[in-house]
Amino acid sequence: MKSEYDVLVIGGGPGGAVAAWNAAKAGLSVCIIEKRPAIGAPIRCAEGIGKDLLKEFIEPDPRWISADIRWARLIAPDGTTVDLDEGRAGAEVGYVLDRKVFDRELVWKASEAGADVFVKTRAVAPIMEEGRVCGAMVEFCGKRREIRAKVTIAADGVESKFARWCGIDTTLPLREMMSCAQYLVTGIDIDSSCNDFYLGGEVAPQGYLWVFGKGERSANIGIGIPASKAKPGLRAKDYLDRFMNEHYPDGRIIECVFGGDPVSRPLPCTVADGLMIVGDAARVVDPLTGGGIGNAMITGKMAAETAVKAIAAGDTSKAALMSYDLGWRDAKMGRILERNYRVKEYFITLSDEKMNTLARSIAGFDFSEISVKAILKEIITRNPKFLLELKNLRDVIV
Amino acid sequence: MLTIYREICGYCGACVSVCPEGALELIDAYLTVDDGVCISCGLCTKACPIGALEVTDEE
Repeated sequence: MKSEYDVLVIGGGPGGAVAAWNAAKAGLSVCIIEKRPAIGAPIRCAEGIGKDLLKEFIEPDPRWISADIRWARLIAPDGTTVDLDEGRAGAEVGYVLDRKVFDRELVWKASEAGADVFVKTRAVAPIMEEGRVCGAMVEFCGKRREIRAKVTIAADGVESKFARWCGIDTTLPLREMMSCAQYLVTGIDIDSSCNDFYLGGEVAPQGYLWVFGKGERSANIGIGIPASKAKPGLRAKDYLDRFMNEHYPDGRIIECVFGGDPVSRPLPCTVADGLMIVGDAARVVDPLTGGGIGNAMITGKMAAETAVKAIAAGDTSKAALMSYDLGWRDAKMGRILERNYRVKEYFITLSDEKMNTLARSIAGFDFSEISVKAILKEIITRNPKFLLELKNLRDVIV
Repeated sequence: MLTIYREICGYCGACVSVCPEGALELIDAYLTVDDGVCISCGLCTKACPIGALEVTDEE
């Protein structure tokens, strides 16, 4: 461990690893630290990602793909199902990853590109000088030392403590923190090429319950509900246990996963002097699906590109790093985040009856494209009597 | 004060970023609360997916 680098990345998940990988590839000296003793573990993720998005970063490899997902089902409260089929649509659905292997692969790429990797190494405070972030004080096995950096990238996930220590408020309101529980279940009869999404106030109020194929006779079965909806006896785990009893009483649970998923709008600003914030820490999780892997990688890459330019120009001030913040907001990702935030805000107002009505209106429809936009368009077309309230949605998707 | 039931806690960190005071921190595989900073508001107890946190009366 050197005492000074061009770039210090805090957090060894996909956002941090892709940032470190790209910065190192461009010739910068890079250090990436991960507070856990192992990269990729413990899992705090349902592990789903879109195929196209993944391929922008890395060639899919069977070593870290648990399941090739070819269709998805939305299951309304009354059991009405909406099928989204890759074969019929000619579009691609996604993969369920093996994050333990996938995350290692990305960090390995960063390491191969020249980044120094340190696990069980935790940032305990930023180094602040005249209001600018100049690296971090880190702790490794009880020993503290300074790592100075021209640019620090906070990729510390949902907890997002580092940016907070730097004076940026990353606190989430309860209603925008999904409280999640998931089991990796084996020995069950499922179609492992399918992802199911169960909706409704009984099964998952203002959230959803997922059954994501995870290989032969296995699935990630999990649930997220807003923390504001949780009560003693009605927490994420309680809903999940009830669902398991009803649907998969003989399933064998071989892993318990818990976690929080931020479904707020992104942070108002994701840069400061000497600092960029990426991934879940920047709150760039898709608020509708809760998916965060792809956007973490997108922001990680963009942050690295900005760091390369800023360091070359000798200016890593907030103004110089601002092109990162503006860049992702203007990109497709930023636009989809805003749209899906508004769509989520609408969907959480729906009663089960309304959800059933909307689901029945599009059940059996052959979608030519598998996307939020395609589903919304069809819902709007087929429900003229809800035109007034759906108008807001229509404005969002055009 | 906030009680962390360590035998229940899944060390996931869901509670950490709803804390308005920044009193919680997930250090490697254990959760800590800074009692000097915690205001016993109980928001974190709602974020916990498994019920590992509880605000209890001070003895």
